[in-house]
Amino acid sequence: MNEATDTDLLVGTGVRKTYGHTAALDGANLRIRPGEVVAVMGPSGSGKSTLLHCLAGIVPVDGGQVRYRGRDLAAMSDAERSALRRTEFGFVFQFGRLVPELTCLENVAIPLRLAGTRRRAAEAEAAAWLDRLEVADVAGQRPGDISGGQGQRVAVARALVGGPRVIFADEPTGALDSLNGERVMRLLTDAARDTGAAVVLVTHEARVAAYSDREIVVRDGKTRDMANAS
Amino acid sequence: MSIGHTLLGLLESGPRHGYDLKRAFDERFGHDRPLAYGQVYATMARLLKNGLVEVEGIEPGGGPERKRYAITEAGVTDVESWLAQAEKPEPYLQTTLYTKVVLALLTGRSAAELLDTQRAEHLRLMRELTRRKAGGDLADQLICDHALFHLEADLRWLELTAARLDELAAEVTA
Repeated sequence: MNEATDTDLLVGTGVRKTYGHTAALDGANLRIRPGEVVAVMGPSGSGKSTLLHCLAGIVPVDGGQVRYRGRDLAAMSDAERSALRRTEFGFVFQFGRLVPELTCLENVAIPLRLAGTRRRAAEAEAAAWLDRLEVADVAGQRPGDISGGQGQRVAVARALVGGPRVIFADEPTGALDSLNGERVMRLLTDAARDTGAAVVLVTHEARVAAYSDREIVVRDGKTRDMANAS
Repeated sequence: MSIGHTLLGLLESGPRHGYDLKRAFDERFGHDRPLAYGQVYATMARLLKNGLVEVEGIEPGGGPERKRYAITEAGVTDVESWLAQAEKPEPYLQTTLYTKVVLALLTGRSAAELLDTQRAEHLRLMRELTRRKAGGDLADQLICDHALFHLEADLRWLELTAARLDELAAEVTA
């Protein structure tokens, strides 16, 4: 792997993570530059999702380091890491993980409301994102009443609404058919490119990875950056 | 692809000149490989000889590009039976990639690296097709999808092989 540079947004160096006696990550390296879409690929159980969780500061690393804009995530307090996840990062998971009691509009407005934006302004912005993700028509409905594809687009709107610098997407199309999956990927990557957000995209599907700028392969807890492969 | 049948099919909607046929073919089906004029006229000469097309008129000036072709009854029947016939599925039983993997294992080279390099190359092409799809019309999208699904199938094979390299190594070096 090449040396990290000032232009890197997120850098993982020698990342190790162990669950019980199993090493999920065994010296993983990667760097993400602003605005790029990077696919993290590899077979089931290779450590892809663990890598995403470590990079996003959701789980602590057991060895190595993750730095976001030069700052070591391990050196931050829990509150600082939470604030980072709320303001700088956006998340899209395989199953939208929307709050079932809230309407889609309210779901998308959550990050803005948590950041202190007033309800009316937050919902206006959320509505604009729903429109952009082509799901304006479900704004008043609850997640249980819409299709999986619509739900994922609502989840993408929620991930993007706060203007994050990094979107972490873990198998974002895993529960969708090809056509809906492609639509979600097109909308997600177009919106991220327009806003300048980087995307860390964990996927085992090549057609999904084809929306990325480059790929990193994880195997047995180790990474191989194909852009820098010799 | 059967160029002859495709040109015949394009003629069904009405008579055309050779250059018109080439244009129509390239626009719809010639994305990566436009037809050479010579190929069009050689094909039309064969179809003419077999009674599947006829020359409806020749414009002044001579030359093959001045001929206006029309499909015959026999031509229509030929297109119909071609369309009704299932294409033979391609079994891909002898692939270069498989050969390379086995040779790498036999010669003590890294088959995993070979597969990684191939994955990167497949993904490069898939990215190109995905971008082309984004800017294309529905016909373009379907053509790219067909290619993408085939490349994806290759990649699935590649992942499966990568996961079974130790097993394969034991078998081929036994």
